Amino acid sequence: MSDDHHHHPRTQSPIEQRVHALEELLVDKGIVTHEMIDEFVARYEDDIGPLNGARVVARAWTDPDYRDRLLADGTAAIAELGYGGPEGDHMIVVENTDEVHNLVVCTLCSCYPWPVLGLPPDWYKSAPYRSRAVREPRALLAEMGCDLPDEVEVRVWDSSAEARYLVLPQRPAGTDALGEDELAALVTRDAMIGVAR
Amino acid sequence: MEGFGPPAVEIDEPVFHHDWERRAFGITMASFVLGVSNGGQFRHSIERMDAEHYLGSRYYEHWLTGVATRLVETGRVTIEELEAGAGGGFPLSRPVASAGVTVPEPGTDVTVGDEVRVRRITTRGHTRCPRYVRGRRGTVVRIDPPSSLPDLEAHGDARRSEPIATVRFDGRELWGEGAERAAVHVDLWLSYLERVT
Repeated sequence: MSDDHHHHPRTQSPIEQRVHALEELLVDKGIVTHEMIDEFVARYEDDIGPLNGARVVARAWTDPDYRDRLLADGTAAIAELGYGGPEGDHMIVVENTDEVHNLVVCTLCSCYPWPVLGLPPDWYKSAPYRSRAVREPRALLAEMGCDLPDEVEVRVWDSSAEARYLVLPQRPAGTDALGEDELAALVTRDAMIGVAR
Repeated sequence: MEGFGPPAVEIDEPVFHHDWERRAFGITMASFVLGVSNGGQFRHSIERMDAEHYLGSRYYEHWLTGVATRLVETGRVTIEELEAGAGGGFPLSRPVASAGVTVPEPGTDVTVGDEVRVRRITTRGHTRCPRYVRGRRGTVVRIDPPSSLPDLEAHGDARRSEPIATVRFDGRELWGEGAERAAVHVDLWLSYLERVT
């Protein structure tokens, strides 16, 4: 493989210097290899992302039995599509309806369902989101472009322990003719976190 | 904590914003495989960061600081080696508190539908009992399988496995009369709870 990132011709910022120093030190000591690190990066940058979750949602929209299994045992139903692993060992799927809107947060750190959504975006890990999702979810959602009618009940899920949450959004109207792949293309990461409808 | 304003949402955000974030992520993932930290130890290493450093740095700088701290604490590298490699300072997290690290007594069994109150846990060590629910009343809506209590796991070899209860809190119970209408669900190890009789 190319080892571009193991050289640093231009001036490095302090954090770049620290990361580089730690990696080189661990490699020199034989504790890790550059390739181990490359492998983790590639897996989460190239292979695992919200398209996995979108496929789960599209399957649930087109197969009522699958939807039932997904809501009853999220981990097992998600594994049927081949997804699982770290931060996905205990999956809970919560369903949006006309009456209920679900929102997922991790107030303590950044827990997020990696196998179906990949690594979380910056805003999910940010102090504003983490502090306000539990305190004023409706105001936060409105600021993020998700206006909810007053009568819709908001359910916030703080992933404070082992469960990781995935929101099953509502199937958009007028999509009866679409197949599973076309439906998956309509499902956004934000809808599966609950900051979009 | 409050006063953070709206979350900054980036359109088409990349998984990593800088190459050093890729490396910090990969180093940390490798460190888990090598047994440098369990989940509680790693989270606590970040919680022990200097507060200003934590709030003023990017997410993967938290990881880098936590994993470097654990590598020093477990004797795999020294601060002198890190600073020599970085050509300057290498801020680590503060040491584990020498006093005031407490572990809650085992709680009682609860079942779905029970009214519970969250214990007012005080510890200078690690816990996954969020401060905003301590002392608050809610209703158990789900019980998850037993899992290792983080308060113990982060601080030694002792382990206690306990079921985790999902507790539903009314927004007004958490934030007062003027709170938004919302239900907030938090996943809590049984030791964090007491039944309301």
